[in-house]
Amino acid sequence: MSEKKSYDAGLGSDALRQPRRIVFITRNTSAKVKGEVGPQLMSFPHVILRETIAFQVLAIVLVVLALFWDAPLEQLANPLLTPNPAKAPWYFLGLQELLHYFPPLVAGVLLPTLVVLALVVIPYFDVNIEGEPLWAHRSRRRLQIYVGAFAVLSVLFAIYDAWTVLAPTALVGALGLIPYFKSTSNSRFQKFLGSRPLPWWLMTWFIAVALTLTVVGTFFRGPGWSWVWPWR
Amino acid sequence: MATTAWTHQRLEQLRQTRVWRSIFRRGPARTNRTLSLAVFGNLGLHVLPVKVREKSLSVRATYYLGSISFFLFVVLTITGILLMFYYHPAVPDAYRDMKDLVYVVSNGVFLRNLHRLAAQAMVVAVFWHMFHVFYRGGYKPPHEFNWVIGVGLLMVTLFLSYTGYLLPWDQLAFWAITVGTNIISYVPVLGRPIRFLLLGGHIIGQNALLRFYVLHCVILPLAAVVLIAMHFWRIQKDGGLTVRDDHE
Repeated sequence: MSEKKSYDAGLGSDALRQPRRIVFITRNTSAKVKGEVGPQLMSFPHVILRETIAFQVLAIVLVVLALFWDAPLEQLANPLLTPNPAKAPWYFLGLQELLHYFPPLVAGVLLPTLVVLALVVIPYFDVNIEGEPLWAHRSRRRLQIYVGAFAVLSVLFAIYDAWTVLAPTALVGALGLIPYFKSTSNSRFQKFLGSRPLPWWLMTWFIAVALTLTVVGTFFRGPGWSWVWPWR
Repeated sequence: MATTAWTHQRLEQLRQTRVWRSIFRRGPARTNRTLSLAVFGNLGLHVLPVKVREKSLSVRATYYLGSISFFLFVVLTITGILLMFYYHPAVPDAYRDMKDLVYVVSNGVFLRNLHRLAAQAMVVAVFWHMFHVFYRGGYKPPHEFNWVIGVGLLMVTLFLSYTGYLLPWDQLAFWAITVGTNIISYVPVLGRPIRFLLLGGHIIGQNALLRFYVLHCVILPLAAVVLIAMHFWRIQKDGGLTVRDDHE
């Protein structure tokens, strides 16, 4: 055993003298090898048990709700009798609300396509992977771009009378400015806002607009897509 | 106490039988080795990692939203298959079948309620899952492509829900699909051909119902199963769930 072995990739026929190299670990290691580990648990039974419990809780909740909440069923489909308003399924009502303001090519085709594309490319835009806060450097230039984009969008929405898009945009836009002007604050909420990076603000803006449009389209739109109060 | 010992003994005897050992070759899952084998020696479980980080199991890390989306898909598959026994994709039989579910089929209303509720819940769960993963930074390397598969699954989920919407063939279904498919015709050049292909004609009628039925019951569920399997498998291949320190 004292003999020193050569581990070069050779072609020697005596495997005891010159062990054959059978694995090369190259630079292309899998992500599994690279990741930091920390304390681990065996999937069986720890994951399986938790998933089973989650499934059972979900099943119970579903069954209880299904006992009391009846699925709607209207009259037989009649192509000659158009309901007013005719509404799409709820998750498309945000889109339908957009169609009310913008030309169909923009609201029905361009915007949804852009949203899907934006979602797909999110992980490949790896600027700011560290999650640096939006106003980390209190850059004036960044402020100018922010306010400029905000103003252009607001004017655009106002021209088309798209108030249900403008309102959430204004709200999120204003919240985003708070940490720039009040950088030192003891309020937990303001500290939270101050630590948010740009992607967080963009996604929050998107969710705020989508949620407002969907809620308005579902509950606040009546005949001829006019504004109605759901409690009247 | 005596009964427990007795049960244990019988269980041990059962484990020694030839039939049992032909099914579970690994033996009882007690050591780390056999616990690992329990996962990767099982066709259904082998897409999961053998070990997971303790942190990734905390409720706050995921709220189990991905699992819940998958469970809802399972519930929808089971209730959907049962509903298929009572359904004819024809005009106007489809609507009569809905009435039969109410007046003729035992627990028919409950079955349909469960399917509809799980469908709505799945749309919500999948959206919520996506937003949660975004805010947790779960899309960051090495999980980029799994995020893209996830966006694909969101599309499939929406399309599954949408095609299912037409099947009861009532006023609600008919006009919702009318509004939706009219949007498609605004797509420049390709809009009308796509709408024609989807509906099997220029109007929403018998052909459209049949196409939506086949999409809803065969094509889209198969697409979903393939994408779900890839989605789970890649979590393992990409090194497990993203774990972040919870300082917020």
